[in-house]
Amino acid sequence: MANPTGWKPSMEAEAAARTFDVGAGGATRGIAYEEKLLFERGSAGGRSGVSLPAPSGRADPRDELPAELLRAEIAELPALGELEVVRHFTRLSAWNHGIDTGFYPLGSCTMKYNPKSSEALARLPGFANAHPLLPAELAQGSLELMYQLERALSEISGFPATTLTPAAGAQGELTGVMMIRAYHVARGNPRKKVLIPDTAHGTNPATCALNGYEVVQLASGADGRLHPETVRAAMDEDVAAIMITNPNTLGIFESHIAEIAAVVHAKGGLVYGDGANLNALLGVARPGDMGFDVMQFNLHKTFATPHGGGGPGSGPVAVSENLIPFLPLPQVVKEGEHYRLVTEDRERPQSIGKVREFHGNFGMFVRALALIREYGPEGLRATGQLAVLNANYVRARLKDVYDLPYETDSLHEVVFTDKALKPTGVTTMDVAKRLIDHGFHPPTVYFPLVVHGALMIEPTETETKETLDRFVDGMRQVAEQAKTDPEGVKAAPLKSVRARLDEVRAARKPILRWRPGMKVE
Amino acid sequence: MRYHPHTEDEIHEMLQVAGARSLDDLFRSIPEPLRLKRLLQVPPALDEIALFAEMRRLAGKNQTEHPPFIGAGAYPHHVPPVVDQLLLRGELFTAYTPYQPEVSQGTLQALFEWQTFVCLLTGMEVANASMYDGASATAEAALMAARLTGRKKLVVSAAVHPEYRRVLATYLASTGDEVVTVPFGADGRTDLGALARVVDGDTAAVVMGYPNFLGVVEPLGEAAALARKAGALSIAVTAEAVAFGMLKGPGELGVDVAVGTFQSFGNSLGYGGPAPGFFATSQQNIRQMPGRLCGATVDKQGRRGFVLTLSTREQHIRREKATSNICTNAGLAALASTIHLALLGRRGLADLARLNYERARLLRDAMKRAGFGLAFSGPTFNEMAFEVGDAEAVVARLARKGVAAGVPLGRFFPGEPRLRGALLCVATELHTPELIELFARDVRN
Amino acid sequence: MNYPDDLKYTKEHEWCRVKGNRVVVGITDHAQDSLGDIVYVELPEVGDPVKKGEAFGVVESTKAVSELFSPVTGKVVEVNDPLSDAPETINEDPYEEGWMIQVEVADFKELDTLLDTAAYQKFIQEESE
Repeated sequence: MANPTGWKPSMEAEAAARTFDVGAGGATRGIAYEEKLLFERGSAGGRSGVSLPAPSGRADPRDELPAELLRAEIAELPALGELEVVRHFTRLSAWNHGIDTGFYPLGSCTMKYNPKSSEALARLPGFANAHPLLPAELAQGSLELMYQLERALSEISGFPATTLTPAAGAQGELTGVMMIRAYHVARGNPRKKVLIPDTAHGTNPATCALNGYEVVQLASGADGRLHPETVRAAMDEDVAAIMITNPNTLGIFESHIAEIAAVVHAKGGLVYGDGANLNALLGVARPGDMGFDVMQFNLHKTFATPHGGGGPGSGPVAVSENLIPFLPLPQVVKEGEHYRLVTEDRERPQSIGKVREFHGNFGMFVRALALIREYGPEGLRATGQLAVLNANYVRARLKDVYDLPYETDSLHEVVFTDKALKPTGVTTMDVAKRLIDHGFHPPTVYFPLVVHGALMIEPTETETKETLDRFVDGMRQVAEQAKTDPEGVKAAPLKSVRARLDEVRAARKPILRWRPGMKVE
Repeated sequence: MRYHPHTEDEIHEMLQVAGARSLDDLFRSIPEPLRLKRLLQVPPALDEIALFAEMRRLAGKNQTEHPPFIGAGAYPHHVPPVVDQLLLRGELFTAYTPYQPEVSQGTLQALFEWQTFVCLLTGMEVANASMYDGASATAEAALMAARLTGRKKLVVSAAVHPEYRRVLATYLASTGDEVVTVPFGADGRTDLGALARVVDGDTAAVVMGYPNFLGVVEPLGEAAALARKAGALSIAVTAEAVAFGMLKGPGELGVDVAVGTFQSFGNSLGYGGPAPGFFATSQQNIRQMPGRLCGATVDKQGRRGFVLTLSTREQHIRREKATSNICTNAGLAALASTIHLALLGRRGLADLARLNYERARLLRDAMKRAGFGLAFSGPTFNEMAFEVGDAEAVVARLARKGVAAGVPLGRFFPGEPRLRGALLCVATELHTPELIELFARDVRN
Repeated sequence: MNYPDDLKYTKEHEWCRVKGNRVVVGITDHAQDSLGDIVYVELPEVGDPVKKGEAFGVVESTKAVSELFSPVTGKVVEVNDPLSDAPETINEDPYEEGWMIQVEVADFKELDTLLDTAAYQKFIQEESE
């Protein structure tokens, strides 16, 4: 007779093997609660979680504001007490993996420890309560801090000047390309094209398109590097600039950068440096010394400012002498012992203008400067060195089990592929999901696009050797399991609060907000 | 160095495994002439005690004892300590963009809640996972309108925040789009007659503040109808989102896109950032929206969960054809707003709005007693401009007392002598009746 | 993979079928398979002109976007509207229910330059090598 459940004795053993008690990274099943949306929590309408003075009821809005603009209470808003709100977000937090939880080798994102000191410092009342339009004499502390950070970033990158104002790396890129455009316009011709290697972040071509530039993609060589002859062949007087990430997204140093810059400069083009991977170079080499004309920082990467859930970032942009007139506003200047902001075009007639309201993400400036001050010159150099050491250590310990598409030296990150696992049917995505069961955040997957099935690992300098060893163990165990139990790898993750999610359904029938009676099942 | 855990022995051992002779040897792929042969010239390292002393020195140079009477795009509000304590939960605080949804459900659900809050307050159908700030959100809205309509003219009220208008101009510098500015009248409202004259079949969008930069509440519904008639989109820009506790959402007034900042919820002034920009519109425009979107779905076992979705609009997939180059947004700042809005809830939001409205009336009355009338006659929420004579002089005089008096409008409208005496001031729940009285007297003397 | 003999194919992985004075256009089995689950399709409107070799629409999976290139020049006379609500039809039945547009063609000679089944299969083979 048929076995209706399909149960067979070996399945229990298999299941046990798939749900090992403790992962290489220490993951077990913790206490996790199901938690409804805020809007779905039944509650007495009168509850609130705030303590405010009661309105007097004396001034009636109906006397002044047009009736057609006034609204009643918004009925769908929740009505919760403080403890309910606290539990809600505490429970949600338990569903998340952060750097504070465990290893987070998300390549190209530089997920290093975010110092707690920086949080305390950003919350000093003098900073937190400062209005951005305070008269300069009431904001000398903020202005001096911005001045110090601007000087430090300029020195670190090897450029004469830096703007702090862009809100994130991608806006920094936008700012940089706008300055490049303004530079060419000032010479009579904005030019038409920007050269971008195939390893670039997607923000690079998107930024060019926003500036009206046509993107010409350049193929990197078999060694993962861009070669001067490729650039020479594409370079002409219509090319406004080349955008290069160095080290590139394969973690490889573009060692021909000086020659490439010379090729571009010879035809009047400029060289943009995407500073996303600056961590690899801290204190060791400076983009400003390599022929770059402009580069953006990502303070939330290199200088450890928090960006939980995808932001905020901060994307200062450093420039060479020839681009200084085009820097966006505001700019902080020191006059004697007094600091002030230059905000008006009349003082900087060639400026591209403002890219963000007020002065930028000041809260991130405090944290970045705090870290730079705590590191000092030796600490900054050690950061670059140890970030590269950690990546190379992981690379050396994994290259016998995972395919390394480029033998070229790695700096701060290393890209593997799933090629060696191909016979097992296990893919990069499966490896990533199985790592979750071990207690690790997966590496960046399927990027850069030039590598099929890429697994991009960036450990950062703040991780201990023990953590790296455990991660290596986890990666090796997954590779081993792929051979013996590929289905087990493909079933992962088993320990997370949710199994693999149906992204196809999410995209076919987008549900982007709660509505009363919403059912997703 | 407390953030660099390796011992000398470990470094030695790891170098051996990595096949490098020294730390310098790890950088052999960098040509010798490109390497830095000296230490960086930054100040020497500080221990934590010295670091705090130095940063306290800087913070102490700012004078922020009193809540500022300045709004103008950044609003002083009370942030309950609960917000920050929850925000600092490391699992949320130190995560990144939720690329791996199975280990990011906390972030994702909170983003879904944020998107819902934005929709409920603005009266729009869909919202994204946040923007850098209100200004870039406005610029992105204008670009979206141009894409959707295939038109190139943007009609912008002069009463939209001047910094937002400057950012818009920067974003449009290379696109060939044209900005036409429409003046405001003596009541501080956008001149609808002038608006009607310039809105035409080439207009992509009409952009209005709500409340506008002068603190005045615009006849938004009429402007939206005007835009619609011409086949253009209407964009409402809101910097003081507490107003949504009292005023209808732009979506309820027929507006197509609502943008701005939710800084007022859960985010301190912080000298201007970070704060969460928001972007909301109608369902039919979702494929042209910039930025990340969080959506609901189910997992393999049929349980509800959340993912980032419709990412084919974005730069990492569509590259030069993306709807925007935005990547990072303002996730943590949006989370702070979400927590604060959860605490406020239905009643709390309405009360907070009412309280702000009342405090602004106290300010108006106190200023009137001190001899200063309103610069504009239109209706306001919690911010209004007063005629104080020489506004710059008043600001300078009060600054000497450590008081941030407001913003002289003449700074933003240098071509308009009628605004030389106008001082834009805000009153919120932080400005007690006593403080308001004192302030009005200070402005007089 | 299935490549019916009565169709003509392009190197951009569209197919077309002659139907009276019209040509029906869709994407091949190979195309739908390499895209994966299709979540969205953007098609022209009836009356829009299309040009051989130029994009007439977009098809998307969750991770990729692909432009649709017209195999012929002419005017769109019918669009498979139900696809916008059920893009999975393209995965399930690329040659019948999953058709995309019908084009009134000016010059049927254009079809002669397209690939037949054997040539298309050879092309895919080469592309994957």
